[in-house]
Amino acid sequence: MDVINDRREAGPSALTSGKPVDNGKLFCSLLRTCNMYTNKSRLQFLAPLVIFIVLAVFLWRGLSLDPRQLPSPLINKPVPTFKLITLEDAQQNFSNKNLLGHVSLVNVWATWCITCQVEHPILMDIAHASPIPIYAIDYKDDRATALKWLQSHGNPYKMVGFDGDGKVSINWGVYGTPETFVVDKKGIIRYKLIGVLTPEVWQHEILPLIDKL
Amino acid sequence: MIPELGYFALILALGMALIQAIFPLLGIWRDKMSWIVLAKPVALGQFLFLVLSFFCLIYAFVTDDFSVAYVAQNSNTQLPLLYKVAAVWGAHEGSVLLWVTILGFWTALVAVFSKKIPLQMHARVLAVLGFISSGFLLFLITTSSPFRRLLLNTPAQGIDLNPLLQDPGLASHPPMLYMGYVGFSVAFAFAIAALLTNKVDAAWARWMRPWTIAAWCFLTLGITLGSWWAYRVLGWGGWWFWDPVENASFLPWLAGTALIHSLLVTEKRGSFKSWTLLLAICVFSLSLVGTFLVRSGVLVSVHAFANDPARGKFLLLFLAVVIGCGLLLYALRAPFIKGGSYFSLLSRETFLLANNVLLIVAMTTILLGTLYPLIIDALGLGNISVGPPYFNAVFVPLMIPLLFLMGVGPLCYWREMNLKVLLMRLLYPAIIAVFLSLLLLLMTTDKIPVMVFIGLALACWVILVTVKSMLLKGWPLSFNHIGMALAHIGIAVCVIGITMTSYYKLERDVRMQPGDITTVGAYDFKFMGLTNLQGPNYTGLIADFQVTHKDQFVTLLHAQKRLYTAQQIPDTRAAIDAGIFRDLYVALGDPLNNNAWAVRIYYKPFVRWIWWGGLLMVLGGICALKNSISKRYIN
Amino acid sequence: MNHIHKQRAILIALIISCVAIAAGLALYALQQNINLFYSPSQIAAGQAPPAHEFRLGGLVQMHSVHHDNNSLRVTFGVTDNKNSVLVQYNGVLPDLFREGQSVVADGRLDSHNVFIADQVLAKHDERYMPAAVKTFLKQAKS
Repeated sequence: MDVINDRREAGPSALTSGKPVDNGKLFCSLLRTCNMYTNKSRLQFLAPLVIFIVLAVFLWRGLSLDPRQLPSPLINKPVPTFKLITLEDAQQNFSNKNLLGHVSLVNVWATWCITCQVEHPILMDIAHASPIPIYAIDYKDDRATALKWLQSHGNPYKMVGFDGDGKVSINWGVYGTPETFVVDKKGIIRYKLIGVLTPEVWQHEILPLIDKL
Repeated sequence: MIPELGYFALILALGMALIQAIFPLLGIWRDKMSWIVLAKPVALGQFLFLVLSFFCLIYAFVTDDFSVAYVAQNSNTQLPLLYKVAAVWGAHEGSVLLWVTILGFWTALVAVFSKKIPLQMHARVLAVLGFISSGFLLFLITTSSPFRRLLLNTPAQGIDLNPLLQDPGLASHPPMLYMGYVGFSVAFAFAIAALLTNKVDAAWARWMRPWTIAAWCFLTLGITLGSWWAYRVLGWGGWWFWDPVENASFLPWLAGTALIHSLLVTEKRGSFKSWTLLLAICVFSLSLVGTFLVRSGVLVSVHAFANDPARGKFLLLFLAVVIGCGLLLYALRAPFIKGGSYFSLLSRETFLLANNVLLIVAMTTILLGTLYPLIIDALGLGNISVGPPYFNAVFVPLMIPLLFLMGVGPLCYWREMNLKVLLMRLLYPAIIAVFLSLLLLLMTTDKIPVMVFIGLALACWVILVTVKSMLLKGWPLSFNHIGMALAHIGIAVCVIGITMTSYYKLERDVRMQPGDITTVGAYDFKFMGLTNLQGPNYTGLIADFQVTHKDQFVTLLHAQKRLYTAQQIPDTRAAIDAGIFRDLYVALGDPLNNNAWAVRIYYKPFVRWIWWGGLLMVLGGICALKNSISKRYIN
Repeated sequence: MNHIHKQRAILIALIISCVAIAAGLALYALQQNINLFYSPSQIAAGQAPPAHEFRLGGLVQMHSVHHDNNSLRVTFGVTDNKNSVLVQYNGVLPDLFREGQSVVADGRLDSHNVFIADQVLAKHDERYMPAAVKTFLKQAKS
């Protein structure tokens, strides 16, 4: 009996029949008015479910997206292709080839960078104590000043590439000095440190990593 | 030992929740009385174990048990005791435990207050609650146990609670919000039980109404406290940011407000039945979606909790099961619900219907704005954000007709109203409202911004009409009517606050050295100097500002810049001189050179009215609650 | 009987028009008020709209924060580790604003490709942890 009643009310005839009209369903009948002639009176009650399912699909997709995405650093990616003249000799090159075949550190520094001067004695210690070669990129610097500085303070680097306009450093993802990269045998960046390389970081983070490589 | 006890209690609670979910329904199906009556004791037992577990976590915090990972991450020996307890719900795991415990609390209340409800209905309601509870307990135990121990070494010191959360506003607002969120689960359970039995009538609405109003009160209080907290701590003087997490609490509030009104019609007139059912399902669904949005990290927000896809997936699956089943049941059963009674185009029913339409449309537009970045991202169309301008542009125009109708509705009769009588009733309030607001504006300023006029006039209108409705009703008023009047006046007070602060606030960022004077509005702020500050778990500086108004001393403000020692996180505590008609707000920014500081000075007229309005609404809710409880559950 | 028919039609028409107006309003407002997110690299590639408000996200470049001596004006670089953009802001920076941390700024590009920010937001996570604390914890563990 209920069903019949409901059907009748749902159809257009309910509007003209003298019966009390279910105004409760009236709001839901927004959809019904569209379907008045197809008489699919139950469709309106399905609508909330359908809307929810669509919403849930988007939420599911949303789970796999990271809204805080910032382009990730170059970790676990090959070193970008580069070719720099060395600081000592404009005829010599420092490029990807130099980094292949052995694990190495690449340190980005500049003479104008005060933090780098703090880092310098630590690099000297590492160069003495460890067989790992340290390469350097001299970032947006003056060539003569840099050479003089290394001569007077000591040179921990096996090779120093001179990046006067900073273009190569940008490819490396450098945004401030000092920065230090660990590059493995295949020339893949495995670690990146922003800021001063402290003895703690060297002992607890970089050395264990190098042992694994 | 104690943390293990807590964990064990959770597992026992899960077992009881499963029994509570399954046995009553089986009992009804197989007609076994002993299984049906099992629901009540099991619900109480589940609550007991949840409380035990909750106290175990509090104990771990109070005793600085840093072998528990969650405690180590969110507490510190130097943290004051109050915040050690508040830190229990300061991060993900603890908030979920709070969520479940509160669900247990509501379930226990439903179990106890059941005298007049038919046994089968009662058992079904408890079963639905048990099902929700088991889902969340499973989530808690498998993905986010707060009792996990750090297996290696116990750190000597914890990381500390996020300094932003070290404020009395925070200590109280999440529990209130959760009481609201979770409280709507009772309304949901009643709706599902009604759909299962195919019995939707006035009695059903009468049982459900107090639960809905109680949950609504807590949610209102939670939102109000949250806004107050944001104003003091988070927001640099803002009180609402349309942040996804704020929206997550506002969406169920809007739908819940609609539900209360629609429930009234179902109770008094037997109409709007299927719509009320749908709303009840929607409100709790929105609460769940809100919880999901906050917990899964799918949206960027200032509150963003740690992003863990595994948790998100679990929550979403559970959400899909609960909401999906609810809506499917609705789709199957709602077509057979019998109709209500006739009402005319000009009747209280119509105005309540209009109220529902406006609230739900407002809710939908906010939901759209909140999820739009997600949808665009999911479709691969880019990374966008929807800012406050969108929400303001959409929400404000919808509230204007709502406020207008809020005035008309209470002066209307049920079923049918004579247009002439109605207009006569409305005439004087309308005229007085317009003139009063014009007068108020002309007294204070020479030009009248349209929006301010509209806001003030509508607020006056709502207040006047509400007072008139009380006069027409005559003494003694029912608690129901007083509740309605208080809640509506609360809205009006809130509207006045929002309008005045939005249009007359003055905000200045300045560079100040000790001795400098900055004038904001009619107030002069003199930077007196700095003194050192030593708190229990922070150090910092206090900057003193002397405020004068026409050379009369007003107050001395002490703005703080704190540095929480454990995490080395700086935190700004603004100095606020609160007043009925205005707040003066000074916040210290960064130190600049030459002893100068960046200073933020605000003049915020009527800002307190926003929260007073919220409190009035809560008070109104309590009045209505008193009425409906004494009617349905005690006598 | 016709009476009920008419009333009901009016009511439905009212509801539909209300919903339609709201939907139109919402769509219009969405079009006007969404802020697109751009990274410094996208700006460098010229993808960001000139003279239109958008949102910039990235990290505050090390050693790039510069306060003006006489006003609240502050300039800093925002980088995504590939490219960077100079940002100019006039106001009080948020507490958690610091070099090397992520930041979001609302504003627009001027003719010199300097981003003029109206608002600067620093994001904070529940698990936000400065490096000092991290090493401290590690020491405690080892």
